[in-house]
Amino acid sequence: MSANATTPDVIAAKAPRAGVGGRAGRLLRGALRTRRGQIGLLLTLVVVGIAFLGPLFAGNPTALHGGPFEAPGGQAGALGGDSLGRSVLDRVLDGGWRILLISAAATAMAIVLGSVAGVVAAYRGGFADTVIMRTVDVLLGIPSLVFVLMLLSVVGSHAWLVIVGVGLTQAPQVARVLRAAAQDVSERDYVKAVAAWGVPPRTVIRRHVIPSLLTPLMVECALRLSFSIILVASLSFLGLGTQPPTADWGVMINENRVGLAQNVWGVLAPAILLATLAVGTNMFSDAIARANLSSGPAGDPTLQMALSASNVAEGDEPVGLEAIDEGSQ
Amino acid sequence: MAPPATAEVQRPPESEEEEGARWWQSPIAQMVWKRALLGILTLVLIAVIVYFATTVLPGDAATAILGQSATPARVAKVEAELGLEQPVVQRFVEWFGHAIRGDFGTSLSAAAPVGSHGGSAKEAVTKLVNEKLLNSVVLIGVTAIVSTLLGILAGMYAAFRRDGVFDTGGSVAALIASALPEFVVAIFVVMLFAVNVFAWFPALSLLPPGESILSHLNMLVLPVLALVIVTTPYVFRMTRGAMIEVLDTDYVEFARMKGVSPRKIAFRHALPNALAPVIQVVGLNLLYLAGGIVLVEAIFSYPGVGLALVEAINGRDVPTIQYIVLMLAVFYVILNIVTDVGVLLVTPRRRYPRS
Repeated sequence: MSANATTPDVIAAKAPRAGVGGRAGRLLRGALRTRRGQIGLLLTLVVVGIAFLGPLFAGNPTALHGGPFEAPGGQAGALGGDSLGRSVLDRVLDGGWRILLISAAATAMAIVLGSVAGVVAAYRGGFADTVIMRTVDVLLGIPSLVFVLMLLSVVGSHAWLVIVGVGLTQAPQVARVLRAAAQDVSERDYVKAVAAWGVPPRTVIRRHVIPSLLTPLMVECALRLSFSIILVASLSFLGLGTQPPTADWGVMINENRVGLAQNVWGVLAPAILLATLAVGTNMFSDAIARANLSSGPAGDPTLQMALSASNVAEGDEPVGLEAIDEGSQ
Repeated sequence: MAPPATAEVQRPPESEEEEGARWWQSPIAQMVWKRALLGILTLVLIAVIVYFATTVLPGDAATAILGQSATPARVAKVEAELGLEQPVVQRFVEWFGHAIRGDFGTSLSAAAPVGSHGGSAKEAVTKLVNEKLLNSVVLIGVTAIVSTLLGILAGMYAAFRRDGVFDTGGSVAALIASALPEFVVAIFVVMLFAVNVFAWFPALSLLPPGESILSHLNMLVLPVLALVIVTTPYVFRMTRGAMIEVLDTDYVEFARMKGVSPRKIAFRHALPNALAPVIQVVGLNLLYLAGGIVLVEAIFSYPGVGLALVEAINGRDVPTIQYIVLMLAVFYVILNIVTDVGVLLVTPRRRYPRS
């Protein structure tokens, strides 16, 4: 301890200052300067606000108020009744916070598991790398929704299992991105210099590598959250997430779609909220990923992976000479 | 005679004609071998996960079949019938041995009562599921064709009229459509075209038993529409991005100056060079569809593999679950290899002899 107490600080002062708060703040400010980021955050906040403040204003979401699929404005309230005659308004107000909490927990699990696996794979290399990346391939070989459905099928539906299942399907992506980013960072001169100084690997990772991984990690957080929300809501819709008497936007869409012709709001209201939430989180994570791309060296290699659709655009093939020959004929 | 391998590497890749003899040594063939071996390893590991997740986790198969209120004696009896008292590894090896020969056991659904395990009179899982396979293949195939053509054409047009109305509008629409969960898109489609606004198509694709979806095309429209809305944005974005990149190159500029018509520039000169990323995104879309059909088939009661999976899960029909999940995994692994080969084949710089 005393031996390396002085050296890392000396180097840290000279190395690019890896202020954790600074990087994160810069990324967020960058994202919020774009219109995409502003709209995304606004949409997300509106739905999150409804989901968490709603229960304060909601009546009993399981109380019966008359016949099924009653028209709006009657006993069941402004949005009418649902399949059992419960108030759609009360259930919409109470039906969002569980989805958000479960998605957030699943995202946290994916981020922790994935970044540990990715960083270990990058640093240990060799056998550990092979084992971890094979595991990642295997997990990616089953569609996420199908994987979680399979887990839930035998054990039955429990919130903790939804969290574990969704977390496990999202962790491989995080591991891939973090492995690439960690490999990139550890190739840089300042990290090599610190290591050459004799600083133990653990300290190098904690003080010099992890801060540089923070921006790709934030991009992943936003992306994984938007995927998790969709997965969790889909599970509820299929009847394997939140269980029926409890109000839940996914459950509501499933319960009330038989009554679309009588009272469209039982489906339309939760569908609009879920759609707004999905579009909002997606736009915001996109804005963060773009801000990361334009925020200097740490961004470049990781964005290609983060924007999973656009990473394939990064073909390593420049236009060949052949094409020009063909073109001029 | 075929030349030694070293000479083959040095030969310029254009000399395709005289290759024939040793096609299996070509880089593409070697890549396919390597990827196929890795793919088989991945599939074996997936089989391990599938088996253990469905039979070893707490709340095992016997309880799943009998329900939570079953007496311990009943559970023990069914466990014995299912061979569950043997060691886990032995059971897995036995199951896997049957599985690679295409025997996934018999369905545990209501039609095949408990205790029939191994009985030949009951319906085999593979037979029950394969009957529905064609319907899912049609759904995925039609969706892939429509979304690819639509995405490529719209993407090319947007790239040519960059920052125009179509480009801006298309990009916003793509952003929204790609973010929405499939089941929300599907439910909007139902509201719009089946129930609330127009009543053009059936809200449920309830196929009479024994009939093909091809003889009831009106039931195919809405499921395909929902999946096309979700998958087209990726093709659109990728085509647009790749085309913009290619349109900025010198050789396209040269063709323009020479007076080549815009249409010929688009399809003859630019598109072939923008094709590699597009093929990759189409591959990704197909991969996505393997999972995406589950929700859409569930919404429309479309009689395919995805709906069969949901029904099997609700009925805790473990053999059916195992078979469907493994089948999807095989599709995944094969498609990954095919996509990579496709990209190599359309990339001029790597145009090696086609096997």
